[in-house]
Amino acid sequence: MSREAPESLSGAQIVVRLLERQGIRTLAGIPGGAILPIYDALSASELIHHVLARHEQGGGFMAQGMARATGLPAVCMASSGPGATNLLTAIADAKLDSIPLVAITGQVPRAMIGTDAFQEVDTYGLSIPITKHNFLVGSAEELLQVIPRAFRIAASGRPGPVLVDIPKDVQNQVIEVADWPAPGCADPLPPPAADLIARAAAMINEAVRPILYLGGGVVHSGAAVAAVALAEKASLPTVMTLMALGAMPVDHQLSLGMLGMHGARCTNLALDECDLLIAVGARFDDRATGKVAGFCPQAKIVHIDIDPSELDKIKTAHVGIAGDVGAVLQLLLPAVAGALRVDWLARVAHLKAEHPLRTPGIDDPRSPYGLIRAVADCLDDEATITTDVGQHQMWVAQAYPLRRPRQWLTSGGLGTMGFGMPAAIGAALAEPQRTVVCFSGDGSILMNIQELVTAAEEGVNVKIVLMNNSSLGLVFQQQTLFYGERIYASKFKGMPDFVRVAEGFGVPAIDLDGASDPRAALAAALSTRGPMLIHARIEMREQVLPMVPPGAANKDMIGG
Amino acid sequence: MNSLTRTENQALARAVLELDVNNHAGVMSHVVGLFSRRAYNVEAILVMPVGGGQTSRIWLLVNEDERLEQMVKQVEKLEDVLAVRRHGTEHEVFVRLEEFFR
Repeated sequence: MSREAPESLSGAQIVVRLLERQGIRTLAGIPGGAILPIYDALSASELIHHVLARHEQGGGFMAQGMARATGLPAVCMASSGPGATNLLTAIADAKLDSIPLVAITGQVPRAMIGTDAFQEVDTYGLSIPITKHNFLVGSAEELLQVIPRAFRIAASGRPGPVLVDIPKDVQNQVIEVADWPAPGCADPLPPPAADLIARAAAMINEAVRPILYLGGGVVHSGAAVAAVALAEKASLPTVMTLMALGAMPVDHQLSLGMLGMHGARCTNLALDECDLLIAVGARFDDRATGKVAGFCPQAKIVHIDIDPSELDKIKTAHVGIAGDVGAVLQLLLPAVAGALRVDWLARVAHLKAEHPLRTPGIDDPRSPYGLIRAVADCLDDEATITTDVGQHQMWVAQAYPLRRPRQWLTSGGLGTMGFGMPAAIGAALAEPQRTVVCFSGDGSILMNIQELVTAAEEGVNVKIVLMNNSSLGLVFQQQTLFYGERIYASKFKGMPDFVRVAEGFGVPAIDLDGASDPRAALAAALSTRGPMLIHARIEMREQVLPMVPPGAANKDMIGG
Repeated sequence: MNSLTRTENQALARAVLELDVNNHAGVMSHVVGLFSRRAYNVEAILVMPVGGGQTSRIWLLVNEDERLEQMVKQVEKLEDVLAVRRHGTEHEVFVRLEEFFR
């Protein structure tokens, strides 16, 4: 507690002061009746810039973009009732991808809770299963503990979203405040068990065909450098989950890129042959493992994760180490013997040569892979890449040369269409010096299209590359492959003119289809500061390949 | 309780979980939500405040199955859960309660 001259402050003013003391300088949200006292207090803040989203879900994803780009908890706000329910998807998304988020919602006055008051919904009850923790605040005094605690919980251990629901009368309640709590920050973690480190090191040293399997926890922990150092010292071919892309540069000699449903054939085949799998901050998600019984069937498993409940959840680990993956890797590194593994690396090189990721059209900017490559050719590693969800997301995950942790922001666990553009706005607000590119599709972009006006209003340096195949591409692909080509409800009959839509929202737009030199048009668009929509038509029948059929083992991929 | 007869129920392996939790509104929802989302039936629940009422003790009677270990880990992660102890079915807390259910 820090002691200052006592002040009479309302709960709303206390919230704003605590956010300022927490270091929050930008937050996103939408006001409404039950959160107006907080907005009134926010209007007096000289430190906090409030970004007015046009849908609460957009505000939630903007906060996620800030949190994913920086690793620090970010804040979104909404009013009670529909404001809160609109926020839920963004919160659930943060939960599944372990993103530190503090969501603040207004609630009807305490005396009206439970009466079906106007815009009343049980926000606390609704948010229990999708938050790391949640609070219904009972007094202005409580805010002094709850707000710092919310940040501490969001940032500690495995990060996640925390919701704070504040009744309107608590926001208006005036109390004397003399002592201010310290800002909430992540709790220190106990050091990992030394005997387990030794056993893991021994298993790595004894392994003949080990593979390092990196997950999003490596990015969250800031452990990418340590992970690459371990891979290099012990000559470990390395696969990454969707969430870990960028942890090891994709063109690193040891990188096998992304594993799983749309991983390269060589990647999944190498995993099929490995005798030791070293999982670091990864949770054996079904899109990564395919049929679990067929995943790394010959391998022993070392599993390192900050969340003890992830150990033995899907696959039983021979050695399971609970701890911060960065701290564990630092201890593991000196304990692991340098190794060349000539035979195994030669075998992996052979698999790579025989079964590489096939990227047809990579030189043609009017094809999916070619467009992604052409965008990458205009940018360096300082650019941040976000995506929506669908075919475009998988193509970018496969083909974009990601080389930097936190370069890649995507909705992994929940797979939320509509994530990409608001997350890009958030990332650009948090790191205005970067160019932020959002790859999207014609299905996804419409799910939060209203945030185009927010992008224009804020003048953020966000470039939306809209890959338009006039369909819900992954649905179309699955119906083609697994439902007897019975294409239903996945082809759009009506198609907006996206260039005019963007311009209508105040965002300049270009259409690559009409450009005589699409590369030059892209280069010009990407080097101009400010928001821009770049529209490119994609052939509807293009597929993301290879693909592991749902329920199949990863080695039984089709295509590619 | 489901439609199993009393005898059938007793034949199933059971576990008794003892949780120390903070005593405030919503803690019970957090705990039982972890079970209900997994369609994992809680056979019996007993809760009382302990000491000065700052904390409570929750007793849960659940069927033993392969998910129980994961369940315990998930319960331990809850912010308001202070400790979890796992007992065998021989624990008598629910046995002694049975006379109230006759």
